[in-house]
Amino acid sequence: MPKTALQFHHNGREVALFVDGGVNLLVALREIIGDMTPKFGCGQGGCGACSVLIDGELHLSCLTLAETAAGRAVETLDGLKDGPNLHPLQRAFMEHFAAQCGYCTPGMLMAAKALLDRNPTPSRDEVVEAISGNICRCTGYEPIINAVLAAAAGGRARA
Amino acid sequence: MTVTVKTFATSGEAAAALSSDRSARYLGGGTLVMRALNEGDISVSTVVRATDQALARIEVTNLRVTIGAGVTFARILAERDLGFLHAPARSIGGPAVRNMGTVGGNLFAPSPFGDFTVALLALDATIAMQGGLGTRDLPIEEFLQSRDRQNGALVLAISCQRPASADAFRYRKVARIKPKGGSVITLAAHLPVSSGRISGARIALGSMAATQIRARAAERALEGRSLDSSAISAAAAAIAEGTSPTDSALASAWYRREVAGVHLRRLLSGQE
Ligand SMILES: Cc1cc2nc3c(=O)[nH]c(=O)nc-3n(C[C@H](O)[C@H](O)[C@H](O)COP(=O)(O)OP(=O)(O)OC[C@H]3O[C@@H](n4cnc5c(N)ncnc54)[C@H](O)[C@@H]3O)c2cc1C
Ligand code: FES
Ligand code: FES
Repeated sequence: MPKTALQFHHNGREVALFVDGGVNLLVALREIIGDMTPKFGCGQGGCGACSVLIDGELHLSCLTLAETAAGRAVETLDGLKDGPNLHPLQRAFMEHFAAQCGYCTPGMLMAAKALLDRNPTPSRDEVVEAISGNICRCTGYEPIINAVLAAAAGGRARA
Repeated sequence: MTVTVKTFATSGEAAAALSSDRSARYLGGGTLVMRALNEGDISVSTVVRATDQALARIEVTNLRVTIGAGVTFARILAERDLGFLHAPARSIGGPAVRNMGTVGGNLFAPSPFGDFTVALLALDATIAMQGGLGTRDLPIEEFLQSRDRQNGALVLAISCQRPASADAFRYRKVARIKPKGGSVITLAAHLPVSSGRISGARIALGSMAATQIRARAAERALEGRSLDSSAISAAAAAIAEGTSPTDSALASAWYRREVAGVHLRRLLSGQE
C-alpha cells in the first residue's frame, strides 16, 4: 500500500511525513513525529486524552484522519510552554494540584487553552462545559476546574 | 490495517467513487468512521473525502434554511440565524465532537446517537442526495426508512423550514451524564399554531426505535387543539404508542417507554 505524503504545522514548525492510509493524527504525532504529549486513552473519542488544537479548535486526534491535517496548524501540549517558562495554565495546574497520575493532563490543558483563547473570562459552568469531553479518573475534576479559573483570573490580573 | 483514502475536489466525483465501490465509506467529520477504523473494522477498505466548499455552506432565507452536509455543530452554534437549532447542536458530545461532527454524519449515526436528526425529523427536513444516477431530494422520513440502503449515495445538504416562533419548536435530550452523555430519549416537537390551534404538529423521538421516529399518536392528540394541560396530558399518554425501544447500557426499553410521557409533558409545558 503506497504511503501518502503530508505536510502541516506542528507547534509552529513545518513537518513533512509519510502516512499509511487511514492512520489517525494521534499515531502520526506520536509514532512518526515523536511528540508524545497527546496520549492514547481509548481511540474512540471517549476520553479526550488525545486532544489537540487544529487551527485553534479543539479536536480529538484519535478520530482525525491524519491527512485531513494537511496544511493546517496542529498544536499539542508540547507547544504550550515558552522555552523554559511554563504556560500560565500549566503553572495553575501545578499550584492547584490539578494533576495526579497526569494521564488526562495534556488533553485537559488543550481543552482549557481552547476555552481561554476564545473566552478569557469564563464562568465555572463554561469551564465545566469546556472540559466535558475529557475524562479524569483521579482528581474528581474540582482541582482542574479551579486551576482553569485561576489561570483565567491570573490572565486578567496581568492584562 | 491500511485503507485507501480518496480525496476529491467536487461532491460529484466523490459520489461517483462511493456509488462504484461497495466497501467505500464517506468521511464526514470522521467521529464514527475513524472510530470504526481504529477498532479494525474490515468492512471499510476505501475512505472517500470531498473538499468541496459547497458541502460546508449555510443558506438562510426568511422561511427556510439549507445546511451543507459537512457543516459542523460548532458552526451551527456560531450562526445566529440558526438559533432554533442551537439546543440540538449543543446537546451533542463535548466541544471537540461538536468541532468535528457534521450534520451529514448525524443522519447515519446509530442509536444512542443521531440527536440532531431528531430535530430535523420534527422540522420535516428534506435531504439532498447525490447518487450514481444524479441528485434527488428525499423527505427525511423516507431517507430514514431506507437509511441502511443509502450507503453509496452522498448527502449534499439538508434543508428545513424555520419555525414561525421560538415557541413553535422545542427540543429536549434526556441523558444521565451532564453536560455530556448518550441519549436515554431525545424529543423534538414542531407545533405550528394557526388561530390559536395547533396545526401540522410533528413530534420526533430518538432512542425509541431502530431509527428516529415520529410519535404520530401524540401528534394526533395535539392536532387542532390549543396547547393546554388536557391536550398535553393526552399527548403524554399516547407518546409511547408505536415505539420499539431496546435495552441498552443507558436505559432499559421499559424505562424509556415509562418516562417518555414525563419528558414530553415537561417539554410541552416549558418545564426544565
Ligand atoms: C465521544 C463521542 C460523543 C458523541 N456524542 C454524540 C451525541 O451526544 N449525540 C449524537 O447525535 N452523536 C454523538 N456522537 C456521534 C457522532 O459524533 C455524531 O453523530 C456526528 O454527527 C457524526 O458525524 P461525523 O461527520 O463525525 O460522521 P462520520 O464519522 O464522518 O460519518 C458517520 C457515517 O455517516 C456517513 N456520512 C457522513 N457524512 C455523509 C454524507 N455527507 N453523505 C453520506 N454519508 C455520510 C459516513 O459514511 C458514516 O457511515 C458522539 C461521538 C463521539 C465519538
Ligand atoms: S484517545 Fe482520543 S478520545 Fe480517547
Ligand atoms: S490526573 Fe489521572 S486521569 Fe486525571
